[in-house]
Amino acid sequence: MIKKLKLSDKNVDFLKKIEELSGEVITRCDQCGICSASCPMVSEMDITPSQLMRMVQLGESEVMESKAMWLCASCFTCTVRCPRGLDLSKVAEALRQVELRQAIDHIDVKKLSKDEMKRLPQIALISGMRKFTG
Amino acid sequence: MKKDSRARIGVYVCHCGGNISEVVDVEEVVGFAGKQPGVILSKNHTHMCSDIGQQLIIDDIEEHDLDKVVVAACSPQFQGETFMRVLETAGLSPYVVQMANIREQCAWPHFDTPELATKKAKELVNAAIAKVRFSEPLEKKTMPIGKRVLVIGGGIAGIQASLDLGDAGFEIYLVEKEPSIGGHMAQLSRTFPTEDCSACILSPKMADVQSNPNINLLTYSEVENVEGYLGNFKVKVTKKPRYVDMDKCVACGDCEEVCPVDIPDEFEEGLTTHTAIYTPFGFAVPHRNLIDPEACINLQRDINSCGNCIEVCKEDAINFNDKPEEIEFTVDTIIVATGYDIFNPSEKKVYGYDKFKNVITALEMERMIVKAAEGNPIRDPGKRIGFIQCVGSRDEQVGREYCSRVCCMYATKLASLLKHSKPERDIYVFYTDLRAFGKGFEEYYKRAQNMGVKFIRGRVAEVMEDSGSNKVILKAEDTLTRQIIEAEFDTVVLSVGMGLSKSTDKIAEMLRLAKSEDGFLKEAHPKFKPVDTNREGIFLAGTVQGPKDIPDTVAQASAAASRAVRLMNQREYPIEPIVAFVHEEQCDGCELCIDSCPLNAISISAEVAEVNEALCRGCGSCVASCPRDALDLHMYTNKQLLEEIKNALEGKEEGETRILVVADDTCTYRLADSVGTAKLSYTTDSIIIRVPSGSRITPKLMLAAFKLGADGIFIGECEDRTSPFPHSGQVIRENITKVREILKEEGIKPERLRFVQFVTIMLKGFVDNVNGLVNYAREAGAISPEKREKLVENVNKRLFGEEYD
Repeated sequence: MIKKLKLSDKNVDFLKKIEELSGEVITRCDQCGICSASCPMVSEMDITPSQLMRMVQLGESEVMESKAMWLCASCFTCTVRCPRGLDLSKVAEALRQVELRQAIDHIDVKKLSKDEMKRLPQIALISGMRKFTG
Repeated sequence: MKKDSRARIGVYVCHCGGNISEVVDVEEVVGFAGKQPGVILSKNHTHMCSDIGQQLIIDDIEEHDLDKVVVAACSPQFQGETFMRVLETAGLSPYVVQMANIREQCAWPHFDTPELATKKAKELVNAAIAKVRFSEPLEKKTMPIGKRVLVIGGGIAGIQASLDLGDAGFEIYLVEKEPSIGGHMAQLSRTFPTEDCSACILSPKMADVQSNPNINLLTYSEVENVEGYLGNFKVKVTKKPRYVDMDKCVACGDCEEVCPVDIPDEFEEGLTTHTAIYTPFGFAVPHRNLIDPEACINLQRDINSCGNCIEVCKEDAINFNDKPEEIEFTVDTIIVATGYDIFNPSEKKVYGYDKFKNVITALEMERMIVKAAEGNPIRDPGKRIGFIQCVGSRDEQVGREYCSRVCCMYATKLASLLKHSKPERDIYVFYTDLRAFGKGFEEYYKRAQNMGVKFIRGRVAEVMEDSGSNKVILKAEDTLTRQIIEAEFDTVVLSVGMGLSKSTDKIAEMLRLAKSEDGFLKEAHPKFKPVDTNREGIFLAGTVQGPKDIPDTVAQASAAASRAVRLMNQREYPIEPIVAFVHEEQCDGCELCIDSCPLNAISISAEVAEVNEALCRGCGSCVASCPRDALDLHMYTNKQLLEEIKNALEGKEEGETRILVVADDTCTYRLADSVGTAKLSYTTDSIIIRVPSGSRITPKLMLAAFKLGADGIFIGECEDRTSPFPHSGQVIRENITKVREILKEEGIKPERLRFVQFVTIMLKGFVDNVNGLVNYAREAGAISPEKREKLVENVNKRLFGEEYD
């Protein structure tokens, strides 16, 4: 099924919120895709970084359901390559903040088994811990 | 002053068919003007600009022996020239008419307060009367101009400009730093979108340059120095030694056979080599051998180390004692056509140009295609070929924000040519946005798609190499399907962008030409003077002004030629008499003024300052630099401005506030006109003083204005980048800093003096700034007459230091 995209004030507000939180002018992204092809985590993602930027541009809050922003390792490869000088890691962080500030789900680190601790990527643990401070 | 008593001024107040008279009480203004000193008659008319209105002035000048005229009507930007012509017709200097702008700057913005508008109209007329009373009957001057042109750069732009001018009978010096003319176009395989063979269409033009009797071709030569101005540029050129006598050499090639040294061939982008004695390329003009002194054994070591070429040369053309030759000549105009350099792909390390053999530039691919077509293939680029677009274009990471305009189409062309010669090739173009805006471009793009070239919308992130096969691996996102492509290519072509050529920097500095933000040379006006520069008589042609394809370059070169002809065909050209001048009796030759002029128009001669009227553009910045008040500006003399300010403030009554708005002619004055035309209302407690540039208002005039009753001064100027005087902002800032210090010392708030740089669309900004300063001055309260008086005490000492007391 092809999704229909509605453009309403809600979309504008969502974009505004992310721009405010990240400090980046997200509409400046011209969708060249250099971030996606540079991203070391892209193969794990459900949407590419440039797709994430596009969704935020159009104010699609469904982007919150994607796991891409949680996989961003803040390695800044995209940032140093972006021809428009955008800092995508800040955008990913802004999206994470939107989720975290709702303080919906918590991870109790103590409850994680040793095996899980071993297999979990560090970034996931860090993200998990930060949910307490959100 | 004598002039004062002799002035016989006529004042004419225009109704403008109701535009003015519906707000301003014209009769009252006429009555007021008639009572002013020196005013012989004062009249009104419904349309002063009409034939009848104009005739009225002409008849009055005759009948009443008027020698000065004030027209209170619309903006001088609108009808100023009309009334200057009227005075000329009547036999007076066109510079003794002054317009009081009571439409755009009174009736229109003050439509809602007719009484105050009438009062302000009187102030404006009074100011104009004062200014005209001290106006000088200047004459339009002319300078002789000949028909000689220096064209710098022998690429297609320089060739086109030279041919146009040569054909029109002008005398051209075409200077090219390389041993042959032709430029980048000579290197190209074919041209998009028509696929004409580049060399085939260029070589006849190059031959025309050589055979044109009006073109002096100076190849392998560099412009060392240029001094002077329009009609009198003194040029020094150095001709580099070729070590081969051009008159004797027949380019038979015997010497090349025996030369033992091989060096990379620049024309072939280093893909092949040539000997130390060589001809630049097959269709070079002039087609003569020369020796590369860096490579030749004889020139590098001992003069007798080799000598193979001397032995075989039947024409006895080789001369190891050749020396650089200096040539000097004078020209009237200059065309700068120094072109571009391709972006150095080594700067973009992720694309591996320096490391990987099969990553090449588009220019290298051009040469590979030409060589293959000639039957001397350098190497086969293989089956799968990828193009990376926007290398050194649209990329903030390398400091180049602009689009180079040609890469989309040349990549399309190279892809088409490669596909055409071997249809089994699999070609991909990785692009950011595909720009096919020119005539026939979109059709050409479609044709390439028809041939099976694949265009992928995604910027390449990185390039790797398979060390075994030397195949190149690209990584990019296909942004249209959101897939990451990681694929192997036999050859990867970098579509490198354009940047200003390195050699242009020296030329630009020598000619004092401005650069735009993208680093290319700046045109005088982006819309209406696209080939003129900030220097009169110097023009731009081709990519030196910004990235361009060949047709645009040729069009611009012809435009530059025609702009040059426009000046030179008159045999003499008019120069504005609004230039700086020196009161010689006051000048002590201290030289403080010399550095104040960005055009180097001031020099010291016989111990007094002298202004070069051909160079001076009349900004008036220099006036402030003179502690002796010896420098002045025609049409805006110190006396005129002082009297104008005095009269402008005369109407201020007890308890009222007045600010002066010093408006530069190019931006702020026009902006104020636009504000009026839009009927945006602002306070009548402001009055506009027109100047060529805000830098003309010296600290002394500012202090005098405060003394004479101004409660605030607001200086408006163009932004530096749009200003005809890019230096003026800096001068104004320096001037107001000095004045603010003095204001502070006397206990007057320094914020009463303000400076804003405008663009002409900031209508609301103008209104807010004017209202803002008036409100500020009102709240700050009146300045006591004692304080005002003290401002002008010891002013020289305070502005210039003890020694100028």
